Amino acid sequence: MMRRVVVTGLGLVTPLGGDVETSWKNLLASKSGAGPITHFDASDQKCRIACEVKPADHEYGFDPNKRVDFKTQRQVDPFIIFGIDAAGQAVEDAGLTDMDEATRLRAGVSIGSGIGGLPGIESESLVLHEKGPGRVSPHFVHGRLINLISGQVSIKYGLMGPNHAVVTACSTGAHSIGDAARMIRDDDADIMLAGGAEATICPIGIAGFAQARALSTNFNDRPEKASRPYDKGRDGFVMGEGAGVVVLEEYEHAKARGAKIYAEVVGYGLSGDAYHVTAPHPEGSGGYRAMEMALRKSGLQPSDIDYINAHGTSTPLGDELELGSVKRLLANAIGNVSMSSTKSAIGHLLGGAGAVESIFCILAMRDQIVPPTLNLDDPEESCAGVDLVPHKAKERPVRAVLNNSFGFGGTNASLIMKSVN
Amino acid sequence: MSETADRVKKIVVEHLGVEPDKVTEDASFIDDLGADSLDIVELVMAFEEEFGVEIPDDAAEKITTVRDAIEYIDQNKG
Repeated sequence: MMRRVVVTGLGLVTPLGGDVETSWKNLLASKSGAGPITHFDASDQKCRIACEVKPADHEYGFDPNKRVDFKTQRQVDPFIIFGIDAAGQAVEDAGLTDMDEATRLRAGVSIGSGIGGLPGIESESLVLHEKGPGRVSPHFVHGRLINLISGQVSIKYGLMGPNHAVVTACSTGAHSIGDAARMIRDDDADIMLAGGAEATICPIGIAGFAQARALSTNFNDRPEKASRPYDKGRDGFVMGEGAGVVVLEEYEHAKARGAKIYAEVVGYGLSGDAYHVTAPHPEGSGGYRAMEMALRKSGLQPSDIDYINAHGTSTPLGDELELGSVKRLLANAIGNVSMSSTKSAIGHLLGGAGAVESIFCILAMRDQIVPPTLNLDDPEESCAGVDLVPHKAKERPVRAVLNNSFGFGGTNASLIMKSVN
Repeated sequence: MSETADRVKKIVVEHLGVEPDKVTEDASFIDDLGADSLDIVELVMAFEEEFGVEIPDDAAEKITTVRDAIEYIDQNKG
């Protein structure tokens, strides 16, 4: 019989909170994580806004000292700090802080990132240029590598199962969860910590995405209005940062230890656009095929999907193409679904997005409420007949959810989860 | 305590995140202060910056305690 995979722990670091419940509460309250960039002087940038993770003294800030020791904080890039903390939250939530050796031999980590330690690469390359190779930090390499969240987390908790890290741009978080679920299904492990993290709000990160014409630049004076998926006034995404990590566990294993079970991962689809490095396929066919595969694997019907957390980045092309693919997939069942883009509130977490948004999907099932799409004041005509949950969260039955993530290079991932009872 | 010793100890505290009173002159970076070999490379770089000395790799390898660092710096700084 096929091994089933369930979610038993959650961890979040987002621009709306340093933990799961704070992030979720602020998301449902229609708060925006956007503001002027504070990590560096952005006055000469075309885009001067972002959704930053807030400092510890902020009302919903993040305290790195809770789960990451002083030395590690000094040595590694912020994406690794976010990832270690989110993983720690998930382990604690799942009640797995004291695993015996037999359990740890069958427990692994798959936490990826889209870009990795860009701020540290940028700053250390300046050290090299200004002071020479003898001043480059001995921690430079392993403090920036994408797989070093997985490495750090495995060392911290003694996890000796698969140690892996996905790198598929903005699809990373969804691919990480999907691939890790397959590792459990294929009996490589009983437990996997899976997710993604990103922290690239630095001069070269903002400049690079702005030069690729991907970022919003018309709302520098009104940051909280900038991320507006499906709205006619949208002009690009707002960069976010943070991390999302889930504990995935084989169903019988979770049941035997009496674990709290949030959801079951029932469908996973992957595809390539084979079209362009940054632009989505003009018919949205790659995204459609990823969703179609996930739905087929799940054994569910289109009418079973209650909520979709859209990729919906607030870019002119992508939002409507994804919407078209969803309409094609769900056909007559489109009237049943609620679909929102939480990037309207937390920005685009790139490699962290798919994991963070999957957690929002799980919480929507837990609490029977779907989070809103902020700033949807003037929807495109193509949005007619689809509930995009404008402005306010909405209570409704949520039994099965779909999460989409699409990335540069034309890489697409879709996940379907459902409640177990 | 010498001025060099004060500045060395400050750097050690900042880099290793240890309590200042643990940084005695007899303290071993690895055995007493929780450093690994790469932390020592980083400490040596910080000493070079702070005191304007060059500490070649073969000399750096012999610096294992706080006292070793202070003595090397006092003997070699310009």
